[in-house]
Amino acid sequence: MAEAIKYRKERIDRGIKVRSDTIYMLSSHRELLYLLLPRILPISFLIFIPLWVGGGYWGKVIFYSCTFALLALSWDLLASVGLISLGQALFFGVGSYVAGGFNYYLKWPIFLTIPVATLGGALICTFLLIPVLRLRGVYFSMVTLILPLLFDHLIETLEVLGGTHGLLSLSPFPNHWLADYIAIGAVILCLFGFRRLLHEDFGFVLRGIREDDRVVMAGGINIYWYKAQTIFLAAAVGCFAGALMTHYYQFVGRSAFALDNTILPLAGVVLGGSGNFAGSVLGTFILVPLSEALRALGGLRMALYSLILITALAILPEGLFHYFERKYHQFERLVSV
Amino acid sequence: MSEEVILRVENLTKRFGGVVAVDQVSFELRRGEFLGLIGPNGSGKTTLINLITGFVKPTSGRIYYFNRDITHKPPYYIACLGVARSFQMVRAFHKIPAFKNLIVPLYSPRVKKLGGGKYGERDDMAIDLLDDFGFERDSFVPYKPAGSLPHGYLKRLDLARCMALRPDLLILDELFSGMTMSEVAATLPLIEKFNREGLTIIMVEHRLKELFRVAHRVIVLNFGKKIADGPPKEAMAQEEVQRAYLGTESEG
Repeated sequence: MAEAIKYRKERIDRGIKVRSDTIYMLSSHRELLYLLLPRILPISFLIFIPLWVGGGYWGKVIFYSCTFALLALSWDLLASVGLISLGQALFFGVGSYVAGGFNYYLKWPIFLTIPVATLGGALICTFLLIPVLRLRGVYFSMVTLILPLLFDHLIETLEVLGGTHGLLSLSPFPNHWLADYIAIGAVILCLFGFRRLLHEDFGFVLRGIREDDRVVMAGGINIYWYKAQTIFLAAAVGCFAGALMTHYYQFVGRSAFALDNTILPLAGVVLGGSGNFAGSVLGTFILVPLSEALRALGGLRMALYSLILITALAILPEGLFHYFERKYHQFERLVSV
Repeated sequence: MSEEVILRVENLTKRFGGVVAVDQVSFELRRGEFLGLIGPNGSGKTTLINLITGFVKPTSGRIYYFNRDITHKPPYYIACLGVARSFQMVRAFHKIPAFKNLIVPLYSPRVKKLGGGKYGERDDMAIDLLDDFGFERDSFVPYKPAGSLPHGYLKRLDLARCMALRPDLLILDELFSGMTMSEVAATLPLIEKFNREGLTIIMVEHRLKELFRVAHRVIVLNFGKKIADGPPKEAMAQEEVQRAYLGTESEG
């Protein structure tokens, strides 16, 4: 009987050879590339993609992807402190209506309404969520799911802020390049900023709260204050996305509080993988253009879309980014035994 | 041991529905004292600790710490006054490297006020501190995620987390449970040293032999009531304590 050659998989780290926890020593161009590539690649992709697709329909899709990426980043930030939000539409809607309201009624210019909507909207959302800071897990999710519905119905029944018609003919961006690059800049800033933040001492406190808030309290830290700060930051990002969208479409209506604005970013996070922010951006930049590309399919679109999501979840429950990250840091090869 | 009263508990009661977990417990604790808190299972020791540290709100009674009423204050406020506690069940941030677990207390307002940890210094402070608790800085141990460490290390990590807060009162809830004899032998002198240096300690423990070696005084609880209070030998000699631990004659 012939001896069969047996193989086994060998995993090899691609990492930098000489390193401590925070200090690297780069000893070759390869290692320099290894370190810089994951940073340069997404930045240059985001910077060059509007130039490549230009304006028009797909330009809109890029802008659309950016706003949803911002919402996904905001979701991931909340998740990093253990708050599972189902209310990205709340942030989006409040930001949209604050920007739209100031622009429509007071004729404030666009460079004023967007910052005001970002900070003011974040304050409003934070105050709305302060009473439920003590709730965790599914209870927090339920409250955040209800709040956008509440606003939606208030606007519909009280006929305030344009009622069912919405606020029309708001100020546009001077040109679409500005809108695109503001959105892209915000995505890059939040992506790298949040990743940095979670490796600071502040970030370790947030992670601690997610893992065991009683230990954090025993360590003398007011967890509600830190949760409120995180909500403010996440809400600011969401409100900013809403304000951008308002001025991009020169319209704000009840659709800003629609469930889509919650579900699509969440699906992006699920596809890309949560917990590292890069996954959220990757996921939304796959899902949003995909759902636009599938628009031609009509009714079958949602079915196919769901199928793609389920398949992705079944094959890669950790998310695409975690998978790619692992493959980047470690490669496998077969060696005969 | 000075005469200054650091903690005063007055008629503290906690009911959970019909169960009286802590029943009219009063005691005083002086600065530098080492108090053992013992009693059979379910006698209310952990509840008493949760009450003092604010994790559970009392039904009635008051708690004073340095003559300041801390009865209904939240846990983080009490911790910032210098009351550190360990947990009976091992609690740690499992996904975070062991030394980063100490960032949380080092980041607290108390430690900031006491003048420690400017930007970027907390990592070094954490590693220095862990080194005293058997996490050798040159080994891989302090840098591994806490979840991958053995139980004895996690217990010591919990103790290190308490000490990172620079407490005036340290409350240890069954620190030695699940530790090996050698781990206990290594940790006990540390705690004795802290006490000699002036730290006031309350220790809940089932290993009475070890506890009596270090404690100046013990309080015995049974069904939430304080049944004895005094030096270990005298407290244990009381008839009621004997009955609580060994059962009554008719049962036995």
